[in-house]
Amino acid sequence: MWDYTDKVKDYFFNPKNAGVLETANAVGEVGAISCGDALKLMMRVDPETEVIEAATFQTFGCGSAIASSSALTEIIVGKTLGEALQISNQDIADFLGGLPPEKMHCSVMGYEALQAAVANFRGETWSDDHEEGGLVCKCFGVDEGMIERAVRANKLTTPEQVTNFTKAGGGCLTCFEGIEAVLARVNEELVAEGLLSFDEAYRIGSVDPRALKQKARPKAPPAPPKLDIKPLIAFETLAPVPAPAAAAATAVLEAPAPVARLTTVQKIRLIEETLEEIRPFLKQDGGDCELVDVDGNNVIVKLAGACVGCQMASVTVNGVQEKLIAKTGLPLRVIPVK
Amino acid sequence: MTTPVYLDNNATTRCDEAVVQAMLPYFTEQFGNPSSMHAFGASVGGAVKAARASLQKLVGAEFDHEIVFTSGGTESDNMAILSALEAAPERSEIITSAVEHPAVLSLCAHLEKTRGIKVHVIPVDGRGLLDIAAYRAALSEKTAVVSIMWANNETGTIFPVAELAELAKEVGAVFHTDAVQAVGKIPIDLKSTAIDMLSLSGHKLHGPKGIGALYVKRGLRFRSLFKGGHQERGRRAGTENTPGIAGLGKAAELALLHMEDEQTRVAGLRDRLEKGLLQRIPNCFVTGNPAERLPNTANIAFEYIEGEGILLLMNREGIAASSGSACTSGSLEPSHVLRAMKIPYTAAHGAIRFSFSRDNTDADVDRVLEVMPPIIEKLRALSPFWKGADQAPATFNPVYA
Repeated sequence: MWDYTDKVKDYFFNPKNAGVLETANAVGEVGAISCGDALKLMMRVDPETEVIEAATFQTFGCGSAIASSSALTEIIVGKTLGEALQISNQDIADFLGGLPPEKMHCSVMGYEALQAAVANFRGETWSDDHEEGGLVCKCFGVDEGMIERAVRANKLTTPEQVTNFTKAGGGCLTCFEGIEAVLARVNEELVAEGLLSFDEAYRIGSVDPRALKQKARPKAPPAPPKLDIKPLIAFETLAPVPAPAAAAATAVLEAPAPVARLTTVQKIRLIEETLEEIRPFLKQDGGDCELVDVDGNNVIVKLAGACVGCQMASVTVNGVQEKLIAKTGLPLRVIPVK
Repeated sequence: MTTPVYLDNNATTRCDEAVVQAMLPYFTEQFGNPSSMHAFGASVGGAVKAARASLQKLVGAEFDHEIVFTSGGTESDNMAILSALEAAPERSEIITSAVEHPAVLSLCAHLEKTRGIKVHVIPVDGRGLLDIAAYRAALSEKTAVVSIMWANNETGTIFPVAELAELAKEVGAVFHTDAVQAVGKIPIDLKSTAIDMLSLSGHKLHGPKGIGALYVKRGLRFRSLFKGGHQERGRRAGTENTPGIAGLGKAAELALLHMEDEQTRVAGLRDRLEKGLLQRIPNCFVTGNPAERLPNTANIAFEYIEGEGILLLMNREGIAASSGSACTSGSLEPSHVLRAMKIPYTAAHGAIRFSFSRDNTDADVDRVLEVMPPIIEKLRALSPFWKGADQAPATFNPVYA
């Protein structure tokens, strides 16, 4: 049985805004081929202000598809179309307290229905270019399509890089051969297209997975996977995302040692030592972090390298903060400065 | 809270209390290894022999040594097919059906990919019946093994395995049948058939999990899957799972005892449920072949809704069943059985399998008949395809991602 959150169950058992909206002037009809589910989103939009006044849904699909559809209608009512378009599938999943990795496509369907309905309102035709594949990494809910896009956009040539970019393989690593197969196939395609030299291309069997470290640890329940459309665009335009570093940082904080009262010098030394432990992880992803000052419980740091301008920088900062708190036992706050 | 109703007996059954009692001594005072020379082993050996005899009786085998104990249906299926291939190196083809259990289909796909074995997958029609002409055409001197199930786990449809085995014999091929769903539910008499191997599983007939058996006809060339000790006359190495074997023996004995009940009362419960649901709920139909079917299985497709939702709402009412829907399996793949039968996806997704056992009562049927109509109605109200009873589905053409 699926591990649904109470909120998913509640939105399935008592769906809000189900049914036909007679006054709808924006309708989106989408389906997910991976499971055969389909969703019809109906919205009443004020033509002047573009505020969504009402929204209802009809869904042919499983419990989480119905819950995701209902959640979507709850989230968008009262928002303008512009605001609503900022909503990602991750927002829908978060609203429901998370979805099982296999079920993230239900939230993607909600995201797409919204895009389609807005296009319908504006008299445009919406077409979908988002392809998904089979789930490869169960720990982080990464599918084949996401690995393929990351490999292609960034010309990745090792399984470790795939893990750094997508998190796939950062957990139990039973999917290693799955990652390897996608990587080798896409590399071969890139070579054929002249985008990658033959010598650089990854060949199956050239990495011993036993040598790979656990780079990230899924939360319990599994971390909500990032099937999100927006970050995927970011993958294509930005330098490596140091998300696994942040996760790795949190992963090490198993046993916070109780620390007796520290002098200021001891405290700064401890913070410096801890940062030294984290830096290799950041460097692995092309980033870095430097201690600027310690003011009471505020730790001022300067992010460098790939961390600068990275969308995931706040995640990294949180990871560093968690690690520092765990190590020192003090309620520290990490503040990044330019 | 009302008493739970368990109608998922094709998935697994409750281990009978008498089975548990039969097993218990073999964990403690009767812990000996049946291979040992001393007294500790001797009495355990007797229990294994008795269990073998009771299974022999259940499947109508000519000799008790034709029963080889295994860890369950999947191991038996793998063992049978791999043995047949190894024993006939001059033959390189397998024939199977499109509706087999993954234990057979995944193995065949693997053999095709890694060993270049040619696999003929025989299609079925809308009722799930095997295309006999295609089967005949596929049989040849190159066929090493035919593996066709006795009864389908999802629809309960029974295949004419005795006749299929005769045809296989004509070309000298080995005939194996996965009878995991059939054994204990319908009478089986192997000695009167040309079936060479048959897989069965303990937990499908009120026995324990982790134990099963493979019937291997006397004289059949056999190659063991595991290399190791001499157990099971060299056919299955590894110290015997003696508590499991004792339990399976008891379960086989009880299955034979309840066979008539299964054929009459249990079949009656199933029929009453099926008829009642078809009367009370519009736009639903029975899948499979009602004329030749396991007595305990009903598979009903409720159109325009999806199975997981149905199961979740049923579960809230304390009723357990299963579904051919994509979303209830970890893989998201819709049921390969219903797809092979070309059931439209708006119906296949809403297919629910009710599988009974001797534990079920009339009250269970009443409860399901009371609960199902509002569940189906509730979900149909949410469906973009639903327009009302016996109405053509709403025009709805989603953009598929």
